[in-house]
Amino acid sequence: MAILDVLGPVMVGPSSSHTLGALRIARFAYKFSGGIPEKVKFTLHGSFAETHKGHGTDKALLAGILGMRADDERIKDAYKIADKLGVEYEFAQDDLGDVHPNTVLIETWKGGKSYNVMGSSIGGGEIRIVRIRDVECDIDWEYNTLVLVMKDKPGAMAGILKRITKNIANLYMRRVNAAENRAIGIIEIDENLPKEDLKRVGECDYVYELFYIPRD
Amino acid sequence: MNFGDLVKRSEEEKRPLHEVILEEEYEELGVPVELTRKGAAKILRAIIREGARNFGKKQKTLTGMTGMNAWKMKNYKQKLISEFNRMAMISALSFAESNAAMGRIVACPTAGACGVMSGIVYALWKKDENFDKLLDSFIVAGGIGDVISKKATLAGAEGGCQAEIGSGAAMAAAMLTYYYTGDGEKCAHAAAIALKSLMGLVCDPVGGFVEVPCVKRNATAVNIAIASSEMAMAGIESVIPFDEVVEAMGKVGRALPESLRETGKGGIAATPTAKRILKGLKL
Ligand code: SF4
Repeated sequence: MAILDVLGPVMVGPSSSHTLGALRIARFAYKFSGGIPEKVKFTLHGSFAETHKGHGTDKALLAGILGMRADDERIKDAYKIADKLGVEYEFAQDDLGDVHPNTVLIETWKGGKSYNVMGSSIGGGEIRIVRIRDVECDIDWEYNTLVLVMKDKPGAMAGILKRITKNIANLYMRRVNAAENRAIGIIEIDENLPKEDLKRVGECDYVYELFYIPRD
Repeated sequence: MNFGDLVKRSEEEKRPLHEVILEEEYEELGVPVELTRKGAAKILRAIIREGARNFGKKQKTLTGMTGMNAWKMKNYKQKLISEFNRMAMISALSFAESNAAMGRIVACPTAGACGVMSGIVYALWKKDENFDKLLDSFIVAGGIGDVISKKATLAGAEGGCQAEIGSGAAMAAAMLTYYYTGDGEKCAHAAAIALKSLMGLVCDPVGGFVEVPCVKRNATAVNIAIASSEMAMAGIESVIPFDEVVEAMGKVGRALPESLRETGKGGIAATPTAKRILKGLKL
């Protein structure tokens, strides 16, 4: 919707790349972690690292990991709210390599599990998720995203795809642990995935873990 | 998409320009006319709501470099400009300062330049409270912004401030002109005059933060939008058509050095005072 993109969105300031984009990356990580994590570490790269305070990038990131939406006026109180909820948070700065200047690595811990997501805010509030659980990808979150930890075996992916009734837009797969025969699959889907599909994929023998991240 | 073609189509088919723009959106992207109209109405309501909530208020901004300007302007009786300009300016400052304070704004067309369009929208609303008419004009402004985003850019980091504040002023000039005349051709002239007036404007925020000069630029630009619209309504025409002005703006933007594209390294951001202020900021 081009005109609506120009006329909006309704958001909390001050900058679509430093605030809105940052919040969206963190919201992706929030959904990927299955809710508000117990602990989170943000590693800021490049321009994010240099100017995050004056743009409120830190607050936007924290608000996103708490599940707030882009037009939530409590974003500026994100630190207070995180403290109240007992969420442990840490901000670090590092060179994350050859990535976009506005990039952040988000590591979360929840229920004995750890997750990581790396994303770039590429301007105008648009984002690219460039890594999920150490697997490189290129996700703009315009689609609904399904992340699978799965058995690395011939035919595994085909078996999984059979269980999805909706149109698939993109697919990424990578072996992560050869010894344990583990791979990560990332599937982008046009429409919202019905519960039955999710259940069927979850029941598949090849699937160890599954995360569904519907777009906002 | 050419704005000129849209205007021509509206004249040939004898249909209002905003309808043609919605129709074009449907033909290009498949978004039903009603859906776009509803979406635009939702955004417009947000502007009116936030405009009322923040009008002339003091704000505690992220860096503290701004935050008192809307309040000062509200407590001052203007000597020269009209009451409409005054309302639009206070509202533009209020939006821009609310943006710098992490308040809720509408990025129309961008967060840094949100005050220009929002300021004029709010002033028009306070004057007549005619939502439907305002919405039609708001859609025409969207058409102007859409053409700029496709032919050039709306991002300060790519095209300098002419792409943000300049585009906001062009959109607002067209919106005002449509509101008062419904004449598409005059809208194109108004937008062209506004964009030409801000052609070459660099993006030079102190420290890279969206406060100085951004906040005040929003308020001066509403007057450029109003003046451009008044000229167009008087029958003054832009010698260079709007679509060509947009292309020229895009080229100027690409010719700007990186130091003048949101890096906070050139223009007023590189002045001794800016450097001194930055050193003193406790962030
Ligand atoms: S100076 Fe730069 S950051 Fe400020 S409003 Fe203009 S384009 Fe936006």
